Amino acid sequence: MPQQPASAYFLVDKHSRETRATLSILVDNEVGALARVVGLFAGRGYNIESLTVAETDHLRHTSRITIVTRGTADVIEQIKAQLGRLIPVHRVIDLAVDKPGVEREMALIKVVGEGDLRAEALRLSKVFRARVIDITHTSFTFEVTGSPVKIEAFIELMVPLGLVELSRTGVVAISRGIEAM
Amino acid sequence: MSDKQLTGAQIVVRALRDQGVRHIFGYPGGAVLPIYDALFQQDEVEHVLVRHEQGAAHAAEGYARSTGKAGVLLVTSGPGATNAVTGLTDAMMDSIPLVCITGQVPTHLIGSDAFQECDTVGITRTCTKHNFLVKDVDDLARVLHDAFYIATTGRPGPVVVDIPKDVQFRLGEYVGPSNILHRTYRPRKEGDPARIAQAIDLMANARRPVFYTGGGVINSGTRASQLLRELVALTGFPITSTLMGLGAFPASDNKWLGMLGMHGTYEANLAMNRCDVMINIGARFDDRVTGRLDAFSPGSRKIHVDIDPSSINKNVRVDVPILGDCAEVLAAMIEAWKARERPGDAAALAQWWQQIEGWRERKSLAYQASTETIKPQYAVERLYKLTRERKTYITTEVGQHQMWAAQHYRFEEPNRWMTSGGLGTMGYGIPAAVGVQVAHPDALVIDIAGEASVQMTMQELSTAVQYRLPIKIFILNNEYMGMVRQWQQLLHGGRYAHSYSEALPDFVKLAEAYGAKGIRAIDPADLDAKIMEMIDHDGPVVFDCMVDKLENCLPMIPSGAPHDEMILPDNQESAGVSDAGKMLV
Repeated sequence: MPQQPASAYFLVDKHSRETRATLSILVDNEVGALARVVGLFAGRGYNIESLTVAETDHLRHTSRITIVTRGTADVIEQIKAQLGRLIPVHRVIDLAVDKPGVEREMALIKVVGEGDLRAEALRLSKVFRARVIDITHTSFTFEVTGSPVKIEAFIELMVPLGLVELSRTGVVAISRGIEAM
Repeated sequence: MSDKQLTGAQIVVRALRDQGVRHIFGYPGGAVLPIYDALFQQDEVEHVLVRHEQGAAHAAEGYARSTGKAGVLLVTSGPGATNAVTGLTDAMMDSIPLVCITGQVPTHLIGSDAFQECDTVGITRTCTKHNFLVKDVDDLARVLHDAFYIATTGRPGPVVVDIPKDVQFRLGEYVGPSNILHRTYRPRKEGDPARIAQAIDLMANARRPVFYTGGGVINSGTRASQLLRELVALTGFPITSTLMGLGAFPASDNKWLGMLGMHGTYEANLAMNRCDVMINIGARFDDRVTGRLDAFSPGSRKIHVDIDPSSINKNVRVDVPILGDCAEVLAAMIEAWKARERPGDAAALAQWWQQIEGWRERKSLAYQASTETIKPQYAVERLYKLTRERKTYITTEVGQHQMWAAQHYRFEEPNRWMTSGGLGTMGYGIPAAVGVQVAHPDALVIDIAGEASVQMTMQELSTAVQYRLPIKIFILNNEYMGMVRQWQQLLHGGRYAHSYSEALPDFVKLAEAYGAKGIRAIDPADLDAKIMEMIDHDGPVVFDCMVDKLENCLPMIPSGAPHDEMILPDNQESAGVSDAGKMLV
């Protein structure tokens, strides 16, 4: 008997579910390294939901880029392979699949208001353990840190209380447990 | 000057010499004058002056593909670099090792929109495997050696080194090519033995196997081609190849099914469609090969050997991916196959061959012979018959003539066939032939061309004349951009929008104007004698072969169709293209 076909023979299945992936990319901190990474996403039609980057090892001049993206499992696999092909890239890990990770984000949120609204904003900020980092008689600027879900929730609550401006860092992430990248 | 201190320009020349570079292709300009000055004062690295920087890139590609070594080009800043971009992209798509040195405006002027300034590393970032801007002369030697290492190892590709003019003047330290170990880039060569064992398992139990090989085998070196021949002989499996892989396996062997894909043979495409085990070695499931993805070889288990992890599962999901260099993996596969007791199902294989013979009977490359006009297929056939005994290298432009060359010229050896596959660059053939001829001065180098493509880089004929490179430009002149016309016939109701080659030059006179020889053939009866005249002429020749104007390139899998729905020479009247197919190219 001939063997049963085992290949799913097309990759782009419109029905397959898109998932969110958090990629940690360790790169040599050289000129253009970030442009290569970002250009790859733009050029191949991948999506960037958030991006953070900074040099993390000053002796070896390596930077860590954290990118949150969205795609089918096959697309995520292809993104990782394409990133791996860039010459300055040391390693790419998916902090959902390869290693479960924890994610944090920080936001600075300016809320303008008076009276009860102002009191309510301050009360809620305590619940979210947000810090007040700038204050006037009619405004607060909060610093809030947490998972992206928590940040979203806090922002949603601040909108009716007079949110006028918002700055977010994007997600940083690290794997759980004793293993290092 | 201490003896270890060199100028940046001298470092460039020294690094080229230490990398074993004998020839470079280039065009001078303000931002590379110091390097030209250094080249002028030595005679180890020979410079070939092209007529346009795109020509330099394609010549370097032809040089690289025919020798297996890196091709090198040297161009100036701004327009020099942008003109090279098509060639760099071509090399990127076809995995050809190039090192492209570009001049740049002095460092203090970068970003000021200076004369002939462009953001070379920005522009070439996506059309190179890697690129560098060297701002410190002490980095220059290391960067150049890195560039050669990156270009030639792993999946080869083009690397740009952009050197500002002040860095070319400045004094710096030279370091040699040894002891260079890149921090992040370490391509893997050996395949995973467990995966290889799995692959051999599948192959040993296969009933309808087929080898599907590609340019990766050629890039891996002549040893890979030898090992491929050995493995095919051992297994007795049929083999087909992509456009890029022609020559890795001899076309005269009876296991050879011909090229596969859009203009591949019936037997090759049917074998791909009906096989139960597909062994892909160094090919990338390109869309010209797979056709409709959801109908691509639906019943097969697939083995994929590739050095580039991003090629695996990109277009087609495979069952056994093997990351590694083709030669290394082939050697391991041969060993594993030999270690088995009577591998393979001989009875099933015989039956499979019988089925394939049936497909061969369709004679999908057949064409209507004529005594009135020269059929383009006939022209390529005659060219093949009259040059097969010689050391012949073929380059092509892009279009119908390219496919006819791939179908009707039969390659026995790797590195003899230079064509623009991935990018499909019209104008590739003449400069590529220049590069091949520079590398192989005694060989017969023929560009099988079309009258439209050839005009895109015609000026490189002047390069051939200057350096006495006896390249032969064999134009299949049908007065149409034939492939465009064929698609317009099939898809757009025969409305031939701008595909007629109006106002063609007289190619014979044009050749003579350049100082080359021109020959025209119109009558099939004269063709052989004229081809011989071309071969026997010791110098560049433009051969204007007037062929049947409306001949279509068949067989053909129309866009959007699976492998088993081909247009064959005997059913071309009834063939149509689906609406969905019209959306594809």
